[in-house]
Amino acid sequence: MSVRRLAKDQPAAFAFSADTMATAQWWIAKYPAERRQSAVIPILWLVQKQEGWVSEPAIRAIAELLGMPVIRVLEVATFYTMFQLEPVGKVAFVQLCGTTPCMLCGANDLKTVLKEKIGPKNHISADGKFSWEEVECLGACSNAPMAAINDYYYEDLTAETLGQILDDFAAGKSPKPGSYVGRGASEPHGKIQTLLDPALYDGSRAKKMKLPNAPEKAKKAGKAETSA
Amino acid sequence: MVGILEDKDRIFTNLYGLHDWGLEGAKKRGCWNATKDMLDAGPAWIIDNIKNSGLRGRGGAGFGTGLKWSFMPKEVKDGRPHYLVVNADESEPGTCKDREIMRHDPHLLIEGCLIASRAMQAHACYIYIRGEYVREREVLEAAIKQAYDAKLIGKNNVHGWDFDCYVHHGAGAYICGEETALLESLEGKKGQPRLKPPFPAGAGLYGMPTTVNNVESIAVVGTILRRGAGWFAGFGRPNNTGTKLFCVSGHVNLPCNVEESMSIPFRQLMEDHCGGIRGGWGNLKAVIPGGSSVPMIPAEQCEDLPMDFDALRELKSGLGTAAVIVMDKSTDLVRAIARLSYFYKHESCGQCTPCREGTGWMWRVMERMATGEADMKEIDTLLDVTTQVEGHTICALGDAAAWPIQGLFRHFRHEVEDRITSYRAGKPHVMGATLIAAE
Repeated sequence: MSVRRLAKDQPAAFAFSADTMATAQWWIAKYPAERRQSAVIPILWLVQKQEGWVSEPAIRAIAELLGMPVIRVLEVATFYTMFQLEPVGKVAFVQLCGTTPCMLCGANDLKTVLKEKIGPKNHISADGKFSWEEVECLGACSNAPMAAINDYYYEDLTAETLGQILDDFAAGKSPKPGSYVGRGASEPHGKIQTLLDPALYDGSRAKKMKLPNAPEKAKKAGKAETSA
Repeated sequence: MVGILEDKDRIFTNLYGLHDWGLEGAKKRGCWNATKDMLDAGPAWIIDNIKNSGLRGRGGAGFGTGLKWSFMPKEVKDGRPHYLVVNADESEPGTCKDREIMRHDPHLLIEGCLIASRAMQAHACYIYIRGEYVREREVLEAAIKQAYDAKLIGKNNVHGWDFDCYVHHGAGAYICGEETALLESLEGKKGQPRLKPPFPAGAGLYGMPTTVNNVESIAVVGTILRRGAGWFAGFGRPNNTGTKLFCVSGHVNLPCNVEESMSIPFRQLMEDHCGGIRGGWGNLKAVIPGGSSVPMIPAEQCEDLPMDFDALRELKSGLGTAAVIVMDKSTDLVRAIARLSYFYKHESCGQCTPCREGTGWMWRVMERMATGEADMKEIDTLLDVTTQVEGHTICALGDAAAWPIQGLFRHFRHEVEDRITSYRAGKPHVMGATLIAAE
């Protein structure tokens, strides 16, 4: 378990922006009317997008919106590690995956870069622009090592490319997410040997077809294959 | 030809995202073809065919998907709606397959949701995607919107089965991959697993009959029914049939995701698709064959190993999610497993005492084992503690935390002992020292 507490310095108040509220209502509509509570995680996330982090007044506001006791929202906010209970870097918040598959591929070298460029983990840099944390497996292991920066994945990193990405953020640019060795996704780099058959993509599979093993009543259409 | 599976038999034809993920592209590749015929054939036909195909759940446990569906009540009674919940909370270290399905072939998943919902008399489906997959969620939401706009799903759709598909997301808790924790989380609570029974098929989401399936299990359903149960059952060994996405990470030359036939020999998988082990086959030290929760196996056992549920279970490991983590001879195995122990300590939900306390305890001891600072007799104490955690918790996270450690000591106990001995002799282990010496 990770022990997580609310920040000491809390803002005086919180208000939903019009956009956040509209999206929050869209989420609430996804669940049965008497199950509004289901939307608590998505709405906490929206609030975090709006404010950068989740504050105590925001937790109260969400509880009111969803008709939940405050403690229930509080326990959700402290249980799930994606909710930042303290402010994070405004320009780039780096979440570096440090779990074994990334570690085997050099995540520890990336930590050194982050320490040099940003400072110790879980601390905001002096200018308030950067912060980083180590997170557990982000599920992009074939593209290890990787980090999520402001929500999107930066994959196949090296100390150099990560350094460059941070420099670009510092210079006000927005570096592109994705692989930094030039892969499109998780294919074998530069050596795709599968999914090359043109017949897969020529539309022949979209032709009207008859199901194999079709049941009796479906056979009225004509001579169906006998079931195996 | 590389591997065993031919291109014409691959289900995920846009695995690498080289083609259009949208509705037009998906239809061209055969998705949504004859879906209405499948629904018209009725639930019993769908379930029988999935049973006959031998499809086993792709989320790790390998339970028969058709059988699981048949546990749902046959009729909707007492105004208790049925639900399908898709587990897209992919967080098992090493696993990165569902992500590719959701961002590159989302329509296969949506079509599968419709078919599975018909089979279980459900009119609503929630796809619980992990919070970090922001990009994947955007694509999935867009694909669902396309399906609604084309009247493929929704009220009064062309398939004649009212069906709503919703995306829900989590917020970074590994435990929410456990089905009952996922349901708790979907209800807006902390993700702490429920005691079973009652099983979700009796009382799941909001207390209603629910089935939770992995993304890959659902996404393959449409193609299985289109090609026939016999086609799917023709791959792999008996009881381990079908095609499977393998996620290969770690010390291979070309780490990748690839769809292959079940039971493909490990060495062929590595050499045909992944460019071989870094430094050659002889440089292989150990493999975690199914995601971090399964025990590792040493290189000697990998030579002719078929990658399937039963073969790996015989080696006291498991296929899990088919997330293959490869470790070559430069790897500090003790350090690698200590990092996994930290992962489980971090992800324990804190509900059961053996797991909450045990994961932290095991991690602290593993850290000392990694430096060699431990005492020799602590090895047996540690193994004893792993058995006290294993099987004594509500969910399988306790087991998952214990098994990697047991796997390490089963095959590489001597490495830990050497490390302790060296430390006591005043020659402590330094991370990366062997690498420097080799250069």
